[in-house]
Amino acid sequence: MSESKALPKLGQSEAAQGYLLIAPPLLYALALLAVPLGAIVLFSFWSQDYLTLDHALTLKNYREAFSEPLYGQLLLRSLMISGAVTVVTVLSAFPIAYFVSFHVAPGRKSMWIFLITIPFWTSYLIRVFLWKVILGYNGVLNTTLQGLGFIDEPLTFILYNANAVVITLAHAFAPFAILPIFVALEKIDRSLLEAGRDLGESHLMTFWRVTLPLAMPGVVAAVLIVFIPTVGDYVTPRLVGGPGGLMIANMIQTQFLKLNNAPMGAALAVLAMAMVTAVSILFILINRRFLKGSK
Amino acid sequence: MKTLRVYAILYLCFLYAPIALLPIFAFNDGTIIAFPLRGFTLEWFRELAEIPALHEAVGNSLMIAVFSSLLATVLGICAARAGTRFEFPGKKGILGLIMLPLVLPEIIVAVSLLVVLLQLGLSLGAWSVILGHVLICMPFSIAILNASFQSLDVALEEAAIDLGETRLSSFRLITLPLVMPGIISSLLIAFTISLDEFIIAFFLTGTEPTLPVYLWGQLRFPQKIPVVMALGTLLVVASVILLTLAEYFRRRGAARTGQADSGGFL
Repeated sequence: MSESKALPKLGQSEAAQGYLLIAPPLLYALALLAVPLGAIVLFSFWSQDYLTLDHALTLKNYREAFSEPLYGQLLLRSLMISGAVTVVTVLSAFPIAYFVSFHVAPGRKSMWIFLITIPFWTSYLIRVFLWKVILGYNGVLNTTLQGLGFIDEPLTFILYNANAVVITLAHAFAPFAILPIFVALEKIDRSLLEAGRDLGESHLMTFWRVTLPLAMPGVVAAVLIVFIPTVGDYVTPRLVGGPGGLMIANMIQTQFLKLNNAPMGAALAVLAMAMVTAVSILFILINRRFLKGSK
Repeated sequence: MKTLRVYAILYLCFLYAPIALLPIFAFNDGTIIAFPLRGFTLEWFRELAEIPALHEAVGNSLMIAVFSSLLATVLGICAARAGTRFEFPGKKGILGLIMLPLVLPEIIVAVSLLVVLLQLGLSLGAWSVILGHVLICMPFSIAILNASFQSLDVALEEAAIDLGETRLSSFRLITLPLVMPGIISSLLIAFTISLDEFIIAFFLTGTEPTLPVYLWGQLRFPQKIPVVMALGTLLVVASVILLTLAEYFRRRGAARTGQADSGGFL
């Protein structure tokens, strides 16, 4: 057999070399990502009474998750908030990506992208905390608006509720939305747009019928890369959410670190991920006609 | 397209609003974080120098960031090289798994690692934070290194081999120098991510807090906030320096391998 002959020369064939190289990162990801994720799923079928862990498989945690209204409420709210964050972030990011791609001189594009990404790399905790300072009752926004005479009473609907969480997360995830859309826009062949206009379409119709469909792979990527991580955000709801803006990650943390009920926390984590995955797959299916041509 | 330009500038203001306020309050002579400002002071920066717990946390964070960025970059080089140079069955799925932490909520990574480590009876510490940080830094390293490896001309390496170099020596003599800027950029980015990461550290740090975990504890005390603002200012300055360096190396790498500079890390 030629395969057995090839064995001594392992490291010669292209596939073997590839496997040899990919092995270290793959083993790392298997041991520290795949196995732990499997463990979380397994854990969610166990139960815990104070400090003793019962390894018998049970659906108790899931029954509790569905019967206790608080859990359902937190899961639903997390989905709604990250849905809102995604809509706000992607809609506000698109014009920026469009501007940088179409209206900035090629030599200055990387400068703009760099400027957009800098705030994202600075301390997340401190950025979120500063939104509390900006949005607070005596915060920067209220004192400024009052000083300018636009409002008489401080606005109270912007801190310690879901609105504050949406604003803060939209800020935190802005580059995640801008970059994939920018990349998709950069790939568009500019002569297609000229062709559209030469054939008598207006600017708006060219955008609607040529630019937007071609940019959709980037938009879909942006939606997923904002929607999935924000569902599990912990810091923002805790700092600016108030009681009405808490999300599922806060409950997962409580179960694991405060209530010593890791199996319940694991079940909530699995449920959150299942919901996010379901919504994401649905979203991809809805948009599959835009994704066909792209790699 | 004037409206678009105005919108872009307003959007940049929105992006920079929190960071712009940071130094304003860090130098403000008042314990309440609100306008009007009271006057200029360096008091909060002076206090930073006198908190041993803070210095310990900084030490922990730096140590964790160094090891995480080194390990993530080494593993990232393997993955990026394998992904760009070789074809093998299952490549997409394998790379998908490795890149997964990019979209996974950090709390999921944190609790799943926590569960496994505790079940194995291991005690938490800086090393467990490093394990987690490598996992979340690796996708960013790979994204940066992919760009370096992709623009590499395979013919250069083949020429070296034809001229009698071994596979390894041609990698060391030809490939490595060409992708070096990407490697440095990856190290810097991974270092920055690890230094700033909170959730994984919060769950896995045990009794040795990292800097963000220490910061989180301080945010509960209103009288400590001005000091936190001073610390935040220093952190922002540090990250901007690191990022500018990373960007400089990324551009140099792009220029060296002759690719067009499209900008951006991702």
